[in-house]
Amino acid sequence: MKVRYAHPPGHVRTPAYVKGRQGVVERLCGTYPNPEERAYGRSGLPAQPLYRVRFRQTELWPNYRGSISDTVDVEIFHHWLEPA
Amino acid sequence: MAQHPSQSPHDTGGQPAGPVERTEHDYLLWEKRVDALLVLLSHDDKRHMTVDELRRNIEGLGSAAYQTLSYYERWMHAIAQTLIQRGVISVDELGRKIADVEHRAAHGEL
Amino acid sequence: MEHHDEREAHPHSTREDAEASLTYFQAMEVAVRELLIEKGILTADQIRRQVEDMDGRTPARGAKVVATAWLNPPFRSRLLSDGNAAIAELGLERGPYKLVVVENTSQVHNVIVCTLCSCYPRWLLGLPPDWYKSRSYRSRMVREPRAVLREFGLELPDSTTVRVHDSTADMRYLVLPMRPAGTEDWAEEELAALVSRDTMVGVAAPTKR
Repeated sequence: MKVRYAHPPGHVRTPAYVKGRQGVVERLCGTYPNPEERAYGRSGLPAQPLYRVRFRQTELWPNYRGSISDTVDVEIFHHWLEPA
Repeated sequence: MAQHPSQSPHDTGGQPAGPVERTEHDYLLWEKRVDALLVLLSHDDKRHMTVDELRRNIEGLGSAAYQTLSYYERWMHAIAQTLIQRGVISVDELGRKIADVEHRAAHGEL
Repeated sequence: MEHHDEREAHPHSTREDAEASLTYFQAMEVAVRELLIEKGILTADQIRRQVEDMDGRTPARGAKVVATAWLNPPFRSRLLSDGNAAIAELGLERGPYKLVVVENTSQVHNVIVCTLCSCYPRWLLGLPPDWYKSRSYRSRMVREPRAVLREFGLELPDSTTVRVHDSTADMRYLVLPMRPAGTEDWAEEELAALVSRDTMVGVAAPTKR
């Protein structure tokens, strides 16, 4: 999957360093209310699927020093993901 | 890695930074009380605020304040902002109460 | 004009607030607290009890979970598949978030960070240390984990995969560190004593002393 490359203002829990990057869904964590909406006192419902997405460090960073198998797992909401 | 104009100062993953300072401080009582306020106000049966509103108000501080204020100072700011946004307290009554507290403190009455 | 001396910080787990040199945010804390009490939203008692509750949460809870997992392989399996249910078996609270326990092996080393703020399994470990919340840790742990771990005194070979978990949403993570060799006949309390907070964040490994 790919993380959407978008930079809206407001409360966003998708970190900048993974935007536009490709990763693999490691697991579905469950469904949770959307924090982007809850941040403004709204319910954040209906609950959205939340995924743990695994990124390879060597693909995220130029000159990554470490093993090619090193990874970063990030929790990302469904609406931030698109097919690669 | 350039920062996007809409990127808040809290979103620092991957940015260059210096060595991690491993000093730890014992929490001051006032800091523990700030923490307690957040836990109690956001608890299921209270629902006077959410952790998400806390975070969004911290993020809204802007770069200079975010870096200058301490961790629990940011929390305190954000809790006050959320309560104002929610209409739990008014700006006016908070301003008057802070002035009252400062006055009492200066006169050893706190 | 009166001159107020600052009281010296005492070496207790809570430092006394300096008496009259109240900072703006300390004054705000008093003000908000008093307003909330006046409005009947909270009581002084609730606040006091919550402070005490948090004071009572130390990494010992997490260490007990780890030691139990080391001694009891079926518990370990349950812990890895449903962390909240497993810790409830030990009489610990399930907690307000989904607990994901990640196991260190000779092939994989896990380490936890929250780049966006300071998400941390507080109900098991207590309040996070300053460094965990620091800009430096949050910025660098996802970018150069091995260098940061080296600063913490942990050197990992390239044959070990380093897996960083960025706690950005509703999960909270606990590292299940590797049991040190030579502890085969140790009791739970002795094992738990080897498990520091840092080993459960993933910046240290338990060693038999």
